[in-house]
Amino acid sequence: MSLDVPLRQKPGPSSTKAIILVGGPSRGTRFRPLSLDVPKPLFEVAGHPIVEHCFRAIAKLPEIREVFIIGYYDESVFRDFIKDASHTFPGIAVKYLREYQALGTAGGLYHFRDAIMKGRPDRIFVLNADVCCSFPLGQMLRLFEEKNAEAVILGTRVPEDVATNFGCIVTDSHTKRVLHYVEKPESRISNLINCGVYLFDTECIFPAIRTAIKRRTDRPRLVSYPSSENLETSFFADEEDGEKNEVIRLEQDILSDLADSRQFFVLETKDFWRQIKTAGSAVPANALYLTKAFQSQSEELAKPSATILPPVYIHPSATVDPTAKLGPNVSIGPRVNIGPGVRIKEAIVLEDAEIKHDACVLYSIIGWGSKVGAWARVEGTPTPVTTHSTTVVRNGVKVQSITILGKECGVADEVRVQNCICLPYKELKKDVSNEIIM
Amino acid sequence: MKALILVGGFGTRLRPLTLTLPKPLVEFGNKPMILHQIQALAAAGVTDIVLAVNYRPEVMTEKLKKYEKEYNVRIEFSVETEPLGTAGPLKLAEKILGKDDAPFFVLNSDVICDYPFAELAAFHKQHGDEGTIVVTKVEEPSKYGVVVHKPGHASRIDRFVEKPIEFVGNRINAGLYILNPSVLERIELRPTSIEQETFPSMVRDNQLHSFDLEGYWMDVGQPKDFLAGTCLYLSDLSKKGSKLLVPTSEPYVYGGNVMIDSTAKIGKNCRIGPNVTIGKGVVIGDGVRLQRCVLLESSKVRDHAWIKSTIVGWNSTVGRWARLENVTVLGDDVTIGDEIYVNGGSILPHKTIKENVDSPRVIM
Repeated sequence: MSLDVPLRQKPGPSSTKAIILVGGPSRGTRFRPLSLDVPKPLFEVAGHPIVEHCFRAIAKLPEIREVFIIGYYDESVFRDFIKDASHTFPGIAVKYLREYQALGTAGGLYHFRDAIMKGRPDRIFVLNADVCCSFPLGQMLRLFEEKNAEAVILGTRVPEDVATNFGCIVTDSHTKRVLHYVEKPESRISNLINCGVYLFDTECIFPAIRTAIKRRTDRPRLVSYPSSENLETSFFADEEDGEKNEVIRLEQDILSDLADSRQFFVLETKDFWRQIKTAGSAVPANALYLTKAFQSQSEELAKPSATILPPVYIHPSATVDPTAKLGPNVSIGPRVNIGPGVRIKEAIVLEDAEIKHDACVLYSIIGWGSKVGAWARVEGTPTPVTTHSTTVVRNGVKVQSITILGKECGVADEVRVQNCICLPYKELKKDVSNEIIM
Repeated sequence: MKALILVGGFGTRLRPLTLTLPKPLVEFGNKPMILHQIQALAAAGVTDIVLAVNYRPEVMTEKLKKYEKEYNVRIEFSVETEPLGTAGPLKLAEKILGKDDAPFFVLNSDVICDYPFAELAAFHKQHGDEGTIVVTKVEEPSKYGVVVHKPGHASRIDRFVEKPIEFVGNRINAGLYILNPSVLERIELRPTSIEQETFPSMVRDNQLHSFDLEGYWMDVGQPKDFLAGTCLYLSDLSKKGSKLLVPTSEPYVYGGNVMIDSTAKIGKNCRIGPNVTIGKGVVIGDGVRLQRCVLLESSKVRDHAWIKSTIVGWNSTVGRWARLENVTVLGDDVTIGDEIYVNGGSILPHKTIKENVDSPRVIM
């Protein structure tokens, strides 16, 4: 389609920066037991840390020369990752900005506005690290330009019954303009939900946050859009979290205002999208990223054969017996040892783990240095792709559908472990199912 | 000598196996159950065997004709038109059992043990009374009918106590008897119980003795006990140094008590045992783990499967990396898919299982 003369053309090419929001250690509790040993953004799915998948999508856009990682993890946490990223993508400057207290997604951005605005970028991408998707940033950028937008949000359709667990977007289907936004509404509003990926005009977002902060100071404690029904819960939410007034969240405090007053558009992705919240959700995320890599004929993946059902990622330092059958959707980490006659499907096997002969691992995560004995069976329950949940109901009780062994766990020969979460350093000598093993 | 084997009905307790074969023909230790009894009886000099049944499948008639020749015995069917209990069938077969003065054996077809027929006959002859019942010692007599002897007498029975609350003894009726033909006069041709009616009347006349069974004993009428009985039978063979077992020097044998038909094929890197029987023409893949299980004729276990406490029915296939346990029973021609888990499943013939069976249930 032809473009009319843009209304706000600035001199020179527009410049864009990107920000990845990684949160902090107190936020990763739902990712236990894996987050007990590694910060969630650095957990590897499909052979790469979660945050690297975001980073790679950003690196595909040539106009982005600077990326900030904002979170409240210790500085040392991302040091190696940043070193590696700078090495792999020499054209991009990567910096970690540490919040010393949780400021909320918008509060963090605002706090670091001087660093971000250095060099006067026109636009910023904001990506939540805990989502798994194809990050169609290029498409978002095109929509942004085409609509002369001030903000673009990535949206996806989910089944009606789960939509209210997310931020819901009401849109004009013709213009793609966002008409209304509600975070986790109580009633059904829309099944188009917020994917946690945004593109903002810097002249729009920072003033919007400033307004929200001012409003907060004027009317302390009032969160977002209280109706008579949720007034109390939104009131308590702040107190329970022990959060101060300076906590400003993009989702609750900013997006609705943008929908009311700004040139705010949605790019609806038809591609995959999942949240990475619980540790179990790393298994579907792994599957989706591997599938994406397979479809783009990535050289990283193991070659399909009679014993490799694609997609499968095997780290070059891992040892896999030729009689073992792997895949689909399997990632094997560094120095892992897979014995003869082993079967692994829909699973992540982390660094230094060992799977002995004739064992079977399905819908599971095997922790760093864990050992699975001969003829053992470590098994989760497959959940339909359309569900955005990692629990199943067994005997009327909600249990994890993905079995997870924490760091250096052991499963004895011939033992079966089903739908269990096993905290680090435990030895399982008897069959267990539907349990959390402390 | 003569014998009567109480076979009875359709063997519903041993389904799904008995949906395909009558119970006496289901292989126990790679041999039809009834053949264990026929061989033991023939070895003790029995020439006339009566099978008390209330139905007569064609397949059974054929098979037994073959055994008649092989073991030089006469086998007659005595077909009840209505169920006659445990004593009625004796009366129905009176013509054969009472044809001479020699005592006859009676045995329950579900019982397996090291049948002591010759010793039993000798003991019976020695005391000279009307009947002798074989008794076995059990740990929990409160679940059974217990035999109590006359004071000061080692074998003459004083009374039976049904499911005793207090300990009165631990010898229970093992379901094997030797009786004089005169006992037939005590039985009427009607549904009647040998345990409830005939024996108590013999006890009143001081005509009934007990004979202690040495070694193992099991009623293998249902799958759980069929597996337990298989363990006992194999352990007994092992104790006797039987050639029927695979030598423990075989690298794949683990813990002993493994019986494999010579026509079966075993893959590489398997670990088999303890307590496994593998029938005719069975094919076991590579890296298979088997313990406490029965694989019936022409079944297939594919690579890396794990099977415990399971009966795999004739012509069934167990998929690669499948795991079967907790008294799973596969009927004839069942297929278990690759990587499938079955916990206590009872799978009817000709079914294909593609989803896990997480808890015990019947798959129709």
